[in-house]
Amino acid sequence: MSQVTVLGAWPSPYVYRVIWALKLKGVDYEYVEEDVLHNKSDRLLKYNPVHKKVPVLVHAGKPIAESAVILEYIEETWPQNPLLPKDPHQRALARFWIKFGEDKSAALFGFFMTEGEQQEKATKEGQEQLRILEEQGLGEKMFFGGDEIGMADLEFGWLAWWLDVMSEIAGVKVIDAESFPRLHAWIQRFKDISAIKEPLPDRSAMLTYFKGRRATFLALAKS
Amino acid sequence: MDLSMKHEYLPEDLQVVSLGFWPTPFVARVKIALAEKGVQSEYKEEEDLKNKSSLLLQMNPIHKKVPVLIHNGKPLSESLIVVQYIDEVWQDGPPLLPSDPYLRSQAMFWADLKRYIYPVGWKVWTTKAEEQDAAKKEFLENTGLLEELKDKPFFGGENLGFVDVTLIPIYSWLPVYEKFANFSLVVERPKFIEWAKKCMEKESVSKSSRPAKAQ
Repeated sequence: MSQVTVLGAWPSPYVYRVIWALKLKGVDYEYVEEDVLHNKSDRLLKYNPVHKKVPVLVHAGKPIAESAVILEYIEETWPQNPLLPKDPHQRALARFWIKFGEDKSAALFGFFMTEGEQQEKATKEGQEQLRILEEQGLGEKMFFGGDEIGMADLEFGWLAWWLDVMSEIAGVKVIDAESFPRLHAWIQRFKDISAIKEPLPDRSAMLTYFKGRRATFLALAKS
Repeated sequence: MDLSMKHEYLPEDLQVVSLGFWPTPFVARVKIALAEKGVQSEYKEEEDLKNKSSLLLQMNPIHKKVPVLIHNGKPLSESLIVVQYIDEVWQDGPPLLPSDPYLRSQAMFWADLKRYIYPVGWKVWTTKAEEQDAAKKEFLENTGLLEELKDKPFFGGENLGFVDVTLIPIYSWLPVYEKFANFSLVVERPKFIEWAKKCMEKESVSKSSRPAKAQ
């Protein structure tokens, strides 16, 4: 039996950050699907009592929650194929962009939770943050991590697969090759890496799932 | 890649500068960490956050916030990230984060107060009626969880650690929460208050703290 278990939910990009990190480092793990929307398991509530969310990594029986914390743990425990630079300042910068992604998630996902005029406004706000990300986070680099993929790339991995599905459902174009050339190029490079590509969820399953989520968000907004 | 920056207010020979604004607890974290590590540094106060200095705007153009740490001309922001950086760079003093990866992960989880302490605290003193009651209840639950975590004098053990440094600045806000929501933490959470008082006895902490003023 594997010593490493990941509690996850297949549609969640947060979960994939953990899966990608483990795959990039060649770490074997057992994956357990949680029904987070309707029926959280006792195990999940025991392992993450404060937030009751996925992903949770369990290593030799000890649970760790919060994807950013899990990634740091993975990096320290399995140092092969490092996902953070050695230089402390560069490491702090990688962490800065990861935090940027976390802090700005409401702005970045806003387009998906809104419609009409509100959606226009939300889309613009999201694009402003993506502009900062493209120009200052990514800049001229191949990856957020530099020449190789790093932790910050995993943070923004949702842009490479989830964004397209969500954009299609919400009927807005958030990123394209013309408006965000560097991010667009990064997306193609990122998706080409086999450890990234291999576990990606099925696109049509995502369309069905996220259509349902958008309907829920819009209904909640109206109530 | 040379990321060091130059500014007229940044003397070339000054190694470490931190920018702050006294009421914010996030600034205190950086000051405490620098003091614990015995780092020689200069502190520059932002006089008015509605009228930010050119130095702050150059050093933190994305968020335009304090605290900012400038080390050999290279700026860093986001207090938890800065404290972790200080811990990694200045290895002479006692480490703030444990060396064991699992214990480190737990320290990082509990230090992320934005997720479970600060927003609740904010609601405790700014809301009323049922919303305030709910916030008060959650605040007590969360401080209760913290009490259970700790079996040594500090979260870091015998010395201040990452969680102590990031959490103690909330101490100056406690009287505000207590006043506005009409409760007493000495009564409800005596172990938490005992921990806070022990932290305040440390010079690094008492020198970095000032009481909050509720406007």
